[in-house]
Amino acid sequence: MADAPAKPFSIRRQTGFGFIALCCFVLLYTPILILVFYSFNAGTSIAIWEGFSWRWYEAAWQNERVVDASITSLKVAISAAFLATVCATLAALATTRTAPYRGITAIYAAINQPLMVPEIVTAVALLIFFAMIKVYTGYQGLAYLIIAHTAFCIPFAYLPIRARLENMDLSLEQAAADLYASPWQTFRHVTLPLMAPGILAGAMLAFVISLDDVVITEFVKSGGQDTLPTYMLGQLRRIITPEINAISTVFLGISVAVVTVFFLLNRKGGSSS
Amino acid sequence: MHGNLDAIPAISAQQVTKVFGAGPGSVTALDKVSIDIQRNEFFTLLGPSGCGKTTLLRLIAGFDHPTSGRIDLEGSDISYLPPFKRPVNTVFQSYALFPHMSVAENIGFGLKMLGKPAAEIDAEVEVMLKLVKMEAMRDRSTAQISGGQQQRVALARALAPKPKVLLLDEPLSALDLKLRKEMQIELKRLQHETGITFVFVTHDQEEALTMSDRIAVMSAGKVLQVGTPRDIYDRPSRRFVADFIGDTNFMDAELVSAGKGSDSKASLKLASGKQIAASLPDGDMSAGTVTAVVRPEHAWLTKPKASSVLTGNLETIVYFGTDTHYHVSLATGGMFTVRMQNARGQAGEFSEGDEVGIDIDADAVQVLRD
Amino acid sequence: MTDTAAASRKSGTSGAQAGVEARRADVRNRWLLASPALTVIFFAALGPLLIMLVYSFLQKGSYGGVVWSFSLDGWFNVFLKRDIFDDTLGFADGHLSIFWRSLKLSFGTTVLALLIGFPTAYYIATRPANLRPVFLFLITIPFWTNLLIRTFAIMEVIRNEGVVNTLLMSLGVISSPIQMLYTDFAIMLGMVYVYLPLMVLPLYASMERLDFRLVEAGYDLYATRLGVLRRIIVPMVKPGIIAGSILVFVPSLGAYVTPRVLGGGKNMMLGNLIELQFGQGRNWPLGAALSITLLVVVMVALLFYVRNASKSGVKSHG
Repeated sequence: MADAPAKPFSIRRQTGFGFIALCCFVLLYTPILILVFYSFNAGTSIAIWEGFSWRWYEAAWQNERVVDASITSLKVAISAAFLATVCATLAALATTRTAPYRGITAIYAAINQPLMVPEIVTAVALLIFFAMIKVYTGYQGLAYLIIAHTAFCIPFAYLPIRARLENMDLSLEQAAADLYASPWQTFRHVTLPLMAPGILAGAMLAFVISLDDVVITEFVKSGGQDTLPTYMLGQLRRIITPEINAISTVFLGISVAVVTVFFLLNRKGGSSS
Repeated sequence: MHGNLDAIPAISAQQVTKVFGAGPGSVTALDKVSIDIQRNEFFTLLGPSGCGKTTLLRLIAGFDHPTSGRIDLEGSDISYLPPFKRPVNTVFQSYALFPHMSVAENIGFGLKMLGKPAAEIDAEVEVMLKLVKMEAMRDRSTAQISGGQQQRVALARALAPKPKVLLLDEPLSALDLKLRKEMQIELKRLQHETGITFVFVTHDQEEALTMSDRIAVMSAGKVLQVGTPRDIYDRPSRRFVADFIGDTNFMDAELVSAGKGSDSKASLKLASGKQIAASLPDGDMSAGTVTAVVRPEHAWLTKPKASSVLTGNLETIVYFGTDTHYHVSLATGGMFTVRMQNARGQAGEFSEGDEVGIDIDADAVQVLRD
Repeated sequence: MTDTAAASRKSGTSGAQAGVEARRADVRNRWLLASPALTVIFFAALGPLLIMLVYSFLQKGSYGGVVWSFSLDGWFNVFLKRDIFDDTLGFADGHLSIFWRSLKLSFGTTVLALLIGFPTAYYIATRPANLRPVFLFLITIPFWTNLLIRTFAIMEVIRNEGVVNTLLMSLGVISSPIQMLYTDFAIMLGMVYVYLPLMVLPLYASMERLDFRLVEAGYDLYATRLGVLRRIIVPMVKPGIIAGSILVFVPSLGAYVTPRVLGGGKNMMLGNLIELQFGQGRNWPLGAALSITLLVVVMVALLFYVRNASKSGVKSHG
């Protein structure tokens, strides 16, 4: 028994690390899985299983406030993702593939500023600022939410677009210019198609980030402008039924799908260059 | 204006200087370079990295513009034309094939940008595919073809718009040795078939010698010598050129009688006291101490004798298969290398440690300008 | 041909001058391209912060909002309070305890996340190269899903009628549910849960580049596993440890949703205290001053992070 060790010595192994890693993944996923699981509960409890049913999905679907909030969420997320992606694409073109110029650090800092300031701070600052504007203009619409979301989505959209541009072979655009493409044609036929995966990835990140936001939305929204997350936040103070689980599950599904596509896109983009 | 149109060079660089950056950190990449590249010529810019050859190529392509001086294309100034307005195309070192387009789309890109009708583009693309023997790869993505094939597509893409000058920026450096030899021949064939002026950039002296009609040797932003491969190899005018291309023996000598003109012969007195005829570089040369060069294959070993040009001790013998190198420590100081062809099955008649004499071919001694 | 002629004329001007002009035009275009992003961020992120700074020096309005006259009350009230009866100044115990709780919980969260995150990152970094992206993806997925939903998931698990208590009671381990929800423990658990990916990712980034020949050298020189961990691995991934810790500490300090949902109304953190001033508290200048205080603390931490990152070359975003 003594001559062959049960496990050969491994340079990389550290005792117990595998177990903690396992615990980490369990910790990360168990609560989410429990939440998803009870969304299919036939009973009203979120802890006692009473059989499988779609009833809470139906209830959510028929709940007018949920539907309204979903529509608001989508309106805001789509508009903000679009605007943020346009801004971020232009900003990425402005800040990559150049020798440092005066002010470029300031541009970086400004673009990443929403990432650095705690959300609650931005949220109350926007509350103050938009309250002033509301008093002057009387306008109460969705534009406040959209512009606030656009601002904090810009850095998220910017990151993948910038990464894509920086990995792009400069000689491709020179080759286009060499082959009689004007600057605009070069952009349209070479730069833009090559940037496209980055732009798409950026748009998807911006969309998910906008869709997920609670804090800034909670402070900026006017009456009747609940998004799905702020609606849910309001509901958490009451007695909770699996309806919230059902809404969450759909929400999670969308996020996971978008992020998965994002990762696949990024991997493909990475391997081609 | 010009009586003979052919006399106008394809590319004429006049006193071209290119400085990158400004102030104390600036770098002079090209220093008053003047070169004429004739039509239908395979012209090579040869030099070590950082010598300015790629900068000159980029100025001709239009990716950069000269700080001073001018560049003419068939007699008209193109110094400040953007790249998409000059009938000059480039084969990039990295090929720079568009990854989001097929082989055919890549080749047709230039014609499309020139606004040619689709039918004409298609026809021309077929011709080009045939020219570079890539018909079968027409609809492949550029990621799906090998390095050698990418090279051919890059060539076809640059040739398709029928440029007046084709620029090639070390296009063979990414290929393995065997493929590189094949492509060297292929490039010569394409140049003959298309009749386009090729300007080729390389740091590989062998590649330059085998492919070029004329070569410009560059160093530190200056053109040191322009000439046919034979000129450059046999009659280097400067120490750098002689040293950069092939193996060379350098000898200090006394220029006894100075001739005049390019083909004139002069008499040199070597350190050994022997006198020998030598060629002078172009231009005037006054008598005095000079450096002369002899290629190792232009000398041969003998038993020491009174008429030997040089004598010394054979220090090392290095066998190379086709030939053998003999390193001789000269009686007057310094080393001299002799290269002799090997005959089959025959052991050399010299051994290390032997006292030997060295004879030099007539017309093999070249005097350097510096 | 006309183009060439035009260029010939133009070449009369010096090339160096043309280069400087081209560079200037390029920089101008770049500013133009950046301007939409800069405008949006100025109006909806940066500018409002400046207005808030102004608000912190104004007098509070009776029903929220401000009165436009200069006052330092907002800033006084961050740490001090005026007694209603005798008008004497004392420390604002409520605020101080919330500051203290915020620091304590954020620090605890960081330590717990490090204790779980370090072995996890190490484990992932030592998997075969083709498996690592999969593990990494599994770590990243929760990060991109809704923070509220993840907090809610934790709430479901630990509430009195939640899965844990129900399970323990049905097994007969306990007879009445353990109160876990609405405690500091709940807040910390929730924050560890939501910010754990922020710890694992930078740790992984520095461990992936770990040179295992150095580990081999350590073993070769008679170090034990623990010795190698302590004296070789930890010192080499220290930049990752610092980066991960700051990335967890900073959002914990500014957390709003997690303490609100898991802490109930009582167990407030800074974020909730700030909200209170804009809600029931109706003290906007104090809220503004508190926000700026939080912002300054966070900025100092981030400055430390940036310096650490630039010193070690750790990239914050993958």
